[in-house]
Amino acid sequence: MTVHTVGSRRVVRAACAAAQETGLHVGMALAQAQALVPNLHVVEAVPDEDEASLRELARWAIGYSPVVAADPPDGLWIDIAGVAHLFGSEEELLADLTSRLTRQGIAAKAAVADAPGAAWAVARYGATGVVPTGRTVDAVATLSIRGLRITADKLSALHKLGIERVGQLAAMPRAPLVRRFGRDVALRLDQALGHAFEPITPLIPKETPMASCAFAEPIGRLEDLKSVLLRLAKDLCRQLERRGEGVRRLDLLFQRVDQKSACLRIGTAKANRDAAHLAKLFDERLQAIDPGFGIEEIVLIASKVEPLAETQAQVRGLGEEDAGEADMGQLVDRLGARIGMKKVYRLAPVQSLVPERMARRIPALAPPTGSVWPETLPRPTRLLDPPEPVVATALLPDHPPRFFVWRKVRHNVAKADGPERITPEWWNGDKSSAARDYYRVETEQGGRFWIFRDAPTAEGGRWWMHGFFS
Amino acid sequence: MNPGQQDRLADLRLQIARYEGGPQNTTPLPFSLRALDNHLPGGGLARGALHEMIEAGLASEFAGSTTLFTAGIAARLKGPVLWCLNRRDLFAPGLLRAGLHPDRVIYAEAEREREILPLIEEGLREKGLAAVVGEVTRMSLIASRRLQLAAEATGVTALIIRRWWTLAEKDLVHLPTAAVTRWRIAPTPSELMPVPGLGRERWQVELLRCRGAEPRTWILEACDAKGRLALPADLADRSDQAADRRAAAS
Repeated sequence: MTVHTVGSRRVVRAACAAAQETGLHVGMALAQAQALVPNLHVVEAVPDEDEASLRELARWAIGYSPVVAADPPDGLWIDIAGVAHLFGSEEELLADLTSRLTRQGIAAKAAVADAPGAAWAVARYGATGVVPTGRTVDAVATLSIRGLRITADKLSALHKLGIERVGQLAAMPRAPLVRRFGRDVALRLDQALGHAFEPITPLIPKETPMASCAFAEPIGRLEDLKSVLLRLAKDLCRQLERRGEGVRRLDLLFQRVDQKSACLRIGTAKANRDAAHLAKLFDERLQAIDPGFGIEEIVLIASKVEPLAETQAQVRGLGEEDAGEADMGQLVDRLGARIGMKKVYRLAPVQSLVPERMARRIPALAPPTGSVWPETLPRPTRLLDPPEPVVATALLPDHPPRFFVWRKVRHNVAKADGPERITPEWWNGDKSSAARDYYRVETEQGGRFWIFRDAPTAEGGRWWMHGFFS
Repeated sequence: MNPGQQDRLADLRLQIARYEGGPQNTTPLPFSLRALDNHLPGGGLARGALHEMIEAGLASEFAGSTTLFTAGIAARLKGPVLWCLNRRDLFAPGLLRAGLHPDRVIYAEAEREREILPLIEEGLREKGLAAVVGEVTRMSLIASRRLQLAAEATGVTALIIRRWWTLAEKDLVHLPTAAVTRWRIAPTPSELMPVPGLGRERWQVELLRCRGAEPRTWILEACDAKGRLALPADLADRSDQAADRRAAAS
């Protein structure tokens, strides 16, 4: 627990979870706290250090979005507009963020909402999670008015009037409210409900390479944006060349005339400082930017860099192998900018015979594994996952079926090969204990299927369709 | 047609190809099968062009044969291959059967079907690739023309596997596209073996549409471990294949 001095009183500034369980809370007088818990461990608060570590945390959070700002004493703004898809969805981003913070030993609450004020209120006084778009008012209305970021004296004045919830305050006539409590209460209310805009000033670490361009006249045409972007990219790449670094992650921030901002983020598969290529990665997503009344300033930030040695420009016809690989890097970047880096991958063989486990994903630019699957009987080109049940009849137990019915169609088997027994891999934690007997069957029409029985016939094995050959 | 005329015809075709633009130094990819290569203009499958593969027969929505046929073509080209898909039913060990090594294939998995066409086009703009394989349900005439132009510009071969789940989607396959060739692959009963078991798969390979050649149908044996097709032995014994066998023997 830490304490600080407010006027002549010594007041609790922060308390750990264990301390809060004993009934201590922030804002309590130290004497009262010590009376409650006799052997209390009290540390003098150092606001500067708190703020510094919060800033440190904010820098770490730049991994999630380019627009991150510290919100002292204990908050962090992260503008995730336009970056959530990199994590799959907003829910996944939130889960990832909180689990990482928890692993670092930081108790964190997080919420996603349309407006910063709403997220602030929901994270602190509501159920954490994602507030769906357009439902901000419903989510905030039931919360305590402490979630509005208004000063303590106004808070107590409102309490005296019997106003406890944001919804009650919102229902009050606006003019008397402003006259009695001042403009800031109304503003905070609007910010929480998402009616008033609230800018987040991004925190940019000092040593980050960046290039910016402010315009005397706001611009808005797509062609202009593209040309400015190319110029900024060239500028940035010159800086990076001097430092011997290449970009792994690039953020583009737009400052609009009406103080709103927008950001785009792209990643590259390996360090790169080819200005034209980097500018091109934004091409597709620039169209989605709404310039509104015009854009005043554009900032290009290399938020993640890696050392990149000086390389000699490739001569055509020489060292074609290398050139080919470099080109793949650019292709992977472009594909990744469209669908996300995780969706561009290669499949590496896994030494396993269980069909579902025969391949694992590796990054598209990982060095060649050089390995292949162990030599087996032919494998299908398409797999049905999960397998579908099939009604099959065999003439003799443990013989291939004579015919089978799959998706209500009867197939007569002309030729078959098998069984090939594939046993579960108990050393990989395989729960199912049954070995599968796979048969390759060819129907009278020539179609080939991969079907299996999950137990010998005597033990009541059932048939499943699992794959398709040519 | 005597050999002299044939040479002149080939020469003219080359000139026309030069006028049409596109990369000059691309010779078509031969199937190493006389029956096919003689029929196709230029003696093989044109590189830097759009080719469309359609599966017919049972379970055609899974495109088992077409996948192997396409993988066989991609395997015989040199360089990395981009495979654009949005379903997860592809089984990579099956591609190795046609000689397509897993190290050569980069997969790009789109969330929605309509995102695939831009991915294919992005791949076609990359000179270093050997081929781009795309699994597509809907491809309009305009979209296919875009892909064809992109392929012509860089010389990367585009191989489109048409997929569908519903009957309505299956009918879309018959709409015209700008593809240079359109193939239909259907499995047919394979040769009866003297012992129980399965021989090499056999396909009915139909060339439905081809710029500069008539539609035609062949019965062929499926790709081997190097991606090559073959004529079935019992059909290869027919009299019209005699010249082929003599050439192979000499």
